[in-house]
Amino acid sequence: MKYWRKALDQDKVKPSHGQVEILKDKCKGCRFCIEFCPRQVLEESTEFNRKGYHPVYAARGDDCVNCGLCELICPDFAIMVTPLEEEEVKGEKCHA
Amino acid sequence: MNLKGSDEKHYIDKYLREDRMPHIWCPGCGLGSILHCFLSGLIKTGISMDKVVVVSGIGCTGRVAGYLKLDSFHTTHGRAIPFATGLKLANPKLKVVVFSGDGDLIAIGGNHLIHAARRNIDMTVICVNNFNYGMTGGQLGPTTPLTARTTTSPIGNYERPFNVPYLAAASGAVYVARWTSMHVRRLEQTITEGLLKRGFSFIEVISPCPTVYGRMNRQPTGLDQLRYYRENSVIRHGADPKEVDIDLNGKIVVGKFIDIERPTYSDLLDEVVQKAFEPELPKPDTSKKRATVAGSTPK
Repeated sequence: MKYWRKALDQDKVKPSHGQVEILKDKCKGCRFCIEFCPRQVLEESTEFNRKGYHPVYAARGDDCVNCGLCELICPDFAIMVTPLEEEEVKGEKCHA
Repeated sequence: MNLKGSDEKHYIDKYLREDRMPHIWCPGCGLGSILHCFLSGLIKTGISMDKVVVVSGIGCTGRVAGYLKLDSFHTTHGRAIPFATGLKLANPKLKVVVFSGDGDLIAIGGNHLIHAARRNIDMTVICVNNFNYGMTGGQLGPTTPLTARTTTSPIGNYERPFNVPYLAAASGAVYVARWTSMHVRRLEQTITEGLLKRGFSFIEVISPCPTVYGRMNRQPTGLDQLRYYRENSVIRHGADPKEVDIDLNGKIVVGKFIDIERPTYSDLLDEVVQKAFEPELPKPDTSKKRATVAGSTPK
């Protein structure tokens, strides 16, 4: 994660992480989640789902901070975000 | 190709009638987001789901009642509020929510809306405003902004639209707020507040309608309309509802406009009933005296 300024309590406070699950066959390709994800985690895939849309997928899943905005804005109930425990996070993110 | 996932469940699915899913709303429509905000706002209030009734009228938004796995009521066109009033009066313990569109609540049901607000009946009204009659093909409605094109106003609308929050506030609603379907977090919070508010709370939600309204007004996708909301909505809590008119391609003032306290219909009814029937209630000391007065010969 890139910060503009190094916070004083950076070593104590850690952003939460989430795992994005996408129910592909529910997606209707409206792209709301792609546009409004604050970390640009999601992208449109090239494959087709059962309805013939290109479903979204978590292209940069490690960047997810579990804000849940995609889950709430998805009009088709196709995205779920589950919080990850700190141990489950793969690799420490760059705090540059 | 990975086509898994059709059998997987979303956590919100337990509040939806799965046999009715997927819903009929177009890709890019904001109704799904608003429904999700409503459900998560409702969960946050902690109200028992057995006590909640959702009443809808006719239209795209009217289908909400059919999709929710709560006690729900899909009523005739424009009459969602009268049905909800009846439910509330018959069983005051219920938490009654009216979830309907602008064509249903403001146009054909306009009279019911103003009188329910005047009486301050304890209910929450979520009015989804997409500026036209979407389900029937995008006709001009009472909320269509001036100069906007619709299928029945191909040269531009020349009727002055309703300022919906002003209408609700002037009629006597105790809680009036407006958000767009892009402001999901704030909408969720407002729905929670509105549900817990005693009295007539009115929440207007601006929603994209790309298929008919957006396509005729140079915003052909839902995403275009959400971008427009992001760039043009101004959050102004406590703004005078008089000044929150919506112009085509103009600014949209959003926020919580009114939050006041006023006795509800049931409060006043109870008060009047109690006052009217108080003398007949048996009292230990004066009952004998009263009986003789009541039984005395007519004058």
